[in-house]
Amino acid sequence: MNADDLARDLTVAFSETPAHLHELHGRLTAAAQQEGILDVAYRTVDTPIGKLLVAATDEGLVRVAFALEGHDAVLQSLADRITPRILEAPRRLDAVAAQLDEYFAKRRQGFDVPLDWRLTGGFRRSVLHHLVRDVAYGHTATYTSLAQLAGSPKAVRAVGSACATNPLPVIVPCHRVVRTDGGMGGYLGGIEVKRTLLTLEAAA
Amino acid sequence: MTGKQPFESVVAAHGATVLRVCRAVVGSSDADDAWSETFLSAMRAYPELPADANVQAWLVTIAHRKAIDATRARARRAMPVACTTDAVVAPSADSDHLDLDADLVAAFAALPAKQKQSVAYHYLAGLPYTEVADIVGGTADAARRAAADGIAALRRSSASGPRKELPDERR
Repeated sequence: MNADDLARDLTVAFSETPAHLHELHGRLTAAAQQEGILDVAYRTVDTPIGKLLVAATDEGLVRVAFALEGHDAVLQSLADRITPRILEAPRRLDAVAAQLDEYFAKRRQGFDVPLDWRLTGGFRRSVLHHLVRDVAYGHTATYTSLAQLAGSPKAVRAVGSACATNPLPVIVPCHRVVRTDGGMGGYLGGIEVKRTLLTLEAAA
Repeated sequence: MTGKQPFESVVAAHGATVLRVCRAVVGSSDADDAWSETFLSAMRAYPELPADANVQAWLVTIAHRKAIDATRARARRAMPVACTTDAVVAPSADSDHLDLDADLVAAFAALPAKQKQSVAYHYLAGLPYTEVADIVGGTADAARRAAADGIAALRRSSASGPRKELPDERR
């Protein structure tokens, strides 16, 4: 038996099952959480509009991402912009996952989880605040009316970019913002997703 | 602007290898704790790790330290009781090669520490001998010799131990 065969046998002999590794992973996330070094926890949630990635800091939900955005790319951007101490740790996201289930089952019209706004700032953040506060479930606003609400009636394009870079789609309802001429406008998750969400809310 | 990977990717890429190294170096009864402490400690330090660092070598270095801690702690625990030969717990009992694996694991456990470490870090973790030497101390040549001696000893024991080809002598 040569060294490589022996090395292969050793690799097999010392291997553990995926289930065991999964258990150790769970133990690691619990210990990291307890020690306060789990800076960002995430999980995915299956919904009628595809798999959503939800990620939270200690302060609250920080990012919701559509499959279209590429979840790996989104996690990498969280590592670059916030911290690389990121683990898949479902527990911190239990509440938002349950509320998303209820929302898609038409049993919930608003979300009640703490939000961490650090991925947006300035005018964009104030636009998104208005969106949460002033544009109710089942209603729509136009880019123009939202610009007025945010106190800068001329900043229609800036409102568009605030929506396009919304870090918390679905929860912060940028899908409710449509064009003055009745057109749908764009959407981060794709226009079909926007249509689905508006139809869901209209039918409730 | 791409910096460090999310730590989740580090666990996914290296978790299984580090666990093998831990099982080899500290034995399966303490391997889970050594693994957990290795990754917790790595996660603590991860933001400060240089972006171009060799993550696998870094993790094995941490695991090496945790393994030494675990071995010392076990020695302290074992002191008051009558010294039985270090009981190597059989690996997870779900495999056809259980006997072969158990023999190999037992033979491995009987190696001197430096041989165990050199074999594990080179053959299980895939580190070059220069990096093995950085971790275990001494020169790369010394690490290479220790690994070669370890492999030779394992080969001898697998040749003399009960193997499939031999008429059965199993218990």
